[in-house]
Amino acid sequence: MDLSNLHPLLLALLVLGGLALLFGAILGFAAVRYKIEGNPIIDQVDNLLPQTQCGQCGHPGCRPYAEGIANGEEINKCPPGGQETINAIADLLGVDAPELDAEHGAESDIPQVAYIREDECIGCTKCIQACPMDAILGSAKHMHTVIVDECTGCDLCVEPCPVDCIEMRDVEITLTNWKWQLPSPLDGVNQQTIIASDRSPNVEGDAA
Amino acid sequence: MADFAIILISTILVNNFVLVQFLGLCPFMGVSNKLETAIGMGGATTFVLTLASICSYLVNNYLLSPLGLDYLRTIAFILVIAVVVQFAKMFIEKTSPLLYRVLGIFLPLITTNCAVLGVALQNTNKNHNFMESTFYGFGAAIGFSLVLVLFSAMRERLAVADVPAPFQGAAIGMVTAGLMALAFMGFGGLV
Repeated sequence: MDLSNLHPLLLALLVLGGLALLFGAILGFAAVRYKIEGNPIIDQVDNLLPQTQCGQCGHPGCRPYAEGIANGEEINKCPPGGQETINAIADLLGVDAPELDAEHGAESDIPQVAYIREDECIGCTKCIQACPMDAILGSAKHMHTVIVDECTGCDLCVEPCPVDCIEMRDVEITLTNWKWQLPSPLDGVNQQTIIASDRSPNVEGDAA
Repeated sequence: MADFAIILISTILVNNFVLVQFLGLCPFMGVSNKLETAIGMGGATTFVLTLASICSYLVNNYLLSPLGLDYLRTIAFILVIAVVVQFAKMFIEKTSPLLYRVLGIFLPLITTNCAVLGVALQNTNKNHNFMESTFYGFGAAIGFSLVLVLFSAMRERLAVADVPAPFQGAAIGMVTAGLMALAFMGFGGLV
């Protein structure tokens, strides 16, 4: 059958539809052929990390550290998460929980935020570039300040300050910012667990 | 060979897509805040533009023209560009995670880059053959990257400059782009 004898409208529809089908097939093929096998462990570890993106573990953020852990890195490099996070990750991976590695920083019980002594600030913007959370406000040659709600207390901004006007201050717990302590994922391990989950594979009775 | 050199010089400098033909202005203004991202965007655009101009040449020459469907060019080319971009994204993600991390977020942006469609349409309007189309696309992409990198280098300096309040932000960006376009007019008549 000669294609050019078709009604022009039908021909246009056929050609465009054919093209779209062909391209869809190519993309469908590519989606299968070039599928990325994600590692589910990475996501689970990433969920347990505190997401402060502070970089104290030596990685640029929490997810890269989760990838590192999935590749066999030590799990005790996260000071913001503290012993609790280490225990949770150890539990997830089924290994013994090590102590927090002091080399990467100490865990503090009280949450801290950075504080800029504003009359000493020279407006160099170096702390702004260091902040992983964009929690420091200010521009060149103007005084900077910290948005307390955004600050995760990672203390990455303390080091770059040329005039040492940044200090870490404890966050006082008041009636307005007090939060109920979330139950840790570990709590279920030592207690009678009713529902077995992937999080607590060591619970007695979930093998049944 | 001389023809290809002329096409390259013509697309990179004389008929620069951004500053002379004013195509692809959105990424030119949008992704030029940092030199690093500008280089990433330039790389991704070069890759996609070259591939897209080849594919749209093939579609036009072997499918649309023989069937007398030239009026479907625009929509067919948009289809081709979207597929090329999506395919390139998947392919790069699988084969080179490093390159994907550099170009990744810029790839979907290129779908809406009017320079890509502009190159494909101009190729058919000027009756370029296969090699000419390829070089035309490649040259246009190099020209786009060159201008983007130059512009972002200037904007990095503008970011710390003492700009009067009414001109801050996008305004000074536009003024700078206009001055650059004036400077590129100097290349007119070179080819």
